[in-house]
Amino acid sequence: MTPIMPDIQLIAIFPESILAIFACALFVMDPFIARDKKEQLGYFSLAGLCVSGVSTLFLWGKSISTFSGMIALDNYALFFKTLFLMISALIILMSIRYIKIERINLGEYYGLILFATIGMMFMPSATDLLSFYLSLELMSMSLYVLAAFMRKDPKSIEGGIKYFLTGVFSSGLILYGVAFLFGATGTTNLGEIAAFLQENGVTSSLSLIMAFVLLITGFGFKISAVPFHMWAPDVYEGSPTPVTAFLSAGSKAAAFSVMLRVFINAFALSSGNWWPVLWVIAVLTMTLGNLVALVQTNMKRLLAYSSIAHAGYLMIGLITASQIGYAAILIYLVGYVFMTLGAFTLIILLCSANMKGDQISDFKGLARTNPMLGLVFIIFALSLIGIPPSAGFVGKLYLFNSAIQGGFYWLAIIGILNSVVSLYYYFRVVQVMYMDEPNAGTVLSFSPTLKVALGITAFLTLFLGLYPEPIIKAAIDSVQIFL
Amino acid sequence: MLKALLPSNYLPILVFFFIALAFGVVTIVAGYLVRPKNTYDQKLTPYESGILPETDARQRFPLRYYLIAMLFVLFDIEMVFLYPWAVSFNQLGLFALVEMILFLTILFVGYFYAWKKGALEWD
Repeated sequence: MTPIMPDIQLIAIFPESILAIFACALFVMDPFIARDKKEQLGYFSLAGLCVSGVSTLFLWGKSISTFSGMIALDNYALFFKTLFLMISALIILMSIRYIKIERINLGEYYGLILFATIGMMFMPSATDLLSFYLSLELMSMSLYVLAAFMRKDPKSIEGGIKYFLTGVFSSGLILYGVAFLFGATGTTNLGEIAAFLQENGVTSSLSLIMAFVLLITGFGFKISAVPFHMWAPDVYEGSPTPVTAFLSAGSKAAAFSVMLRVFINAFALSSGNWWPVLWVIAVLTMTLGNLVALVQTNMKRLLAYSSIAHAGYLMIGLITASQIGYAAILIYLVGYVFMTLGAFTLIILLCSANMKGDQISDFKGLARTNPMLGLVFIIFALSLIGIPPSAGFVGKLYLFNSAIQGGFYWLAIIGILNSVVSLYYYFRVVQVMYMDEPNAGTVLSFSPTLKVALGITAFLTLFLGLYPEPIIKAAIDSVQIFL
Repeated sequence: MLKALLPSNYLPILVFFFIALAFGVVTIVAGYLVRPKNTYDQKLTPYESGILPETDARQRFPLRYYLIAMLFVLFDIEMVFLYPWAVSFNQLGLFALVEMILFLTILFVGYFYAWKKGALEWD
């Protein structure tokens, strides 16, 4: 009799374990806390995120592969884990007041955000197709519920159902693609898949093509790339605003984190065959996203189309299939996350008991009555367009640079033209804020936590534009594993 | 090594699929051809020698059944995991014990939550 001791190093999942303990404790505590005191649970989950974040920072530089090659802990995973923890903390800071106003002040809200974060944190760590799928589902399931969390609001229900249906459909496609990838290589471990393809020089077998088509379709849904973007505007509009922010920042970054790992291992070798497909999708995504955003009157829909466009820019890094392209994706994602979250914070600020605050007309004259807000929005708008000095500029610089170095000149030109188009609709909002007469009766629902969230996002958007070195270095360190 | 790429490895699955299909079709067709066909009211009831059906089965029922059914499936699956673990407990040792305690703790959190939220109460 030999004791069975599988290859498990718990340190590799330490940050997630802490978060899981906090999330479980939250569900146990929830029934004992009165309805009007649920924000305590919000602070509790913030504490969990902080503890988890500190442990993540201590793990930086480690390189562990454990759970029989299912989970890896490396700089790439830690980079994203830190990012997801920050996103999640910002979302909770934004939510505390908002969910009271929308009367969805329930403890489960925070619990689901924590579980979605755990799923996201496992995604960049997943080095096996199955662990990747499992973590994807953990994130998606929590987000389906969150999207429909305002269960008295038909729009939220509609958004939730649409998100659920397209989400499970795309998960099914991904799973089918995973099956084909397994059929092509005989293993589900990403490292072994790459080794097998390398060894046999496989670049175009039927199963591999099927796997590519199915995976790009499934991931296309998750990152809302054209032509798989139809769900995004409706879901973004219907969901509670912090959840919309979570979807557009967190779930997109998570999908990219895992997409990179899967594509690099399974398809990088044969990228010569695939790039035209990705090229067309990327160009369609950024062009359609920007053009449709021009005519939006709802701020959440506008940001939905803008986030579609950003997915298009991000795909440039994937097309170049180069070290610098991958690093550029990471750099851009960091900037994108903070500027998008910041823009959503402003919508949340406008949401009060008698106003939804998500129409562009609700922003009328806001900069006149509150000059600071005007300034802060200009920072986010500059960054979203990609004008220095902002995080968005640094990200775009690296993305387009990688395209040019890879010889994709047209891609860079189309990307830059698209950025010019996007200037119009972001600055239309700025114009409304500065030029129009203020709306009577606009109530700003300031709260200390919201101010903190706004401050952090604005500061980081600006700071990463002025002093991007640390992020660039971290991003380059992170993608070293893909050499 | 390249052989793994060929679909021929999956040929048995295809063969099995056709056998399964043939089995279904053949039994239904053979039964149809062979059996005597004299139907009467008694024979057409869902349970021939059982309780007489009173109403149509396709009627509305409380949504609560759904919740109960879901919880049942959840905790039923827990048992499915417990049985093989209990049977081979001697070989698995301490590690599996810790693992199972963790698993049960997580489930108990869910159970506690459902209980406290009143999901187990009928009204």
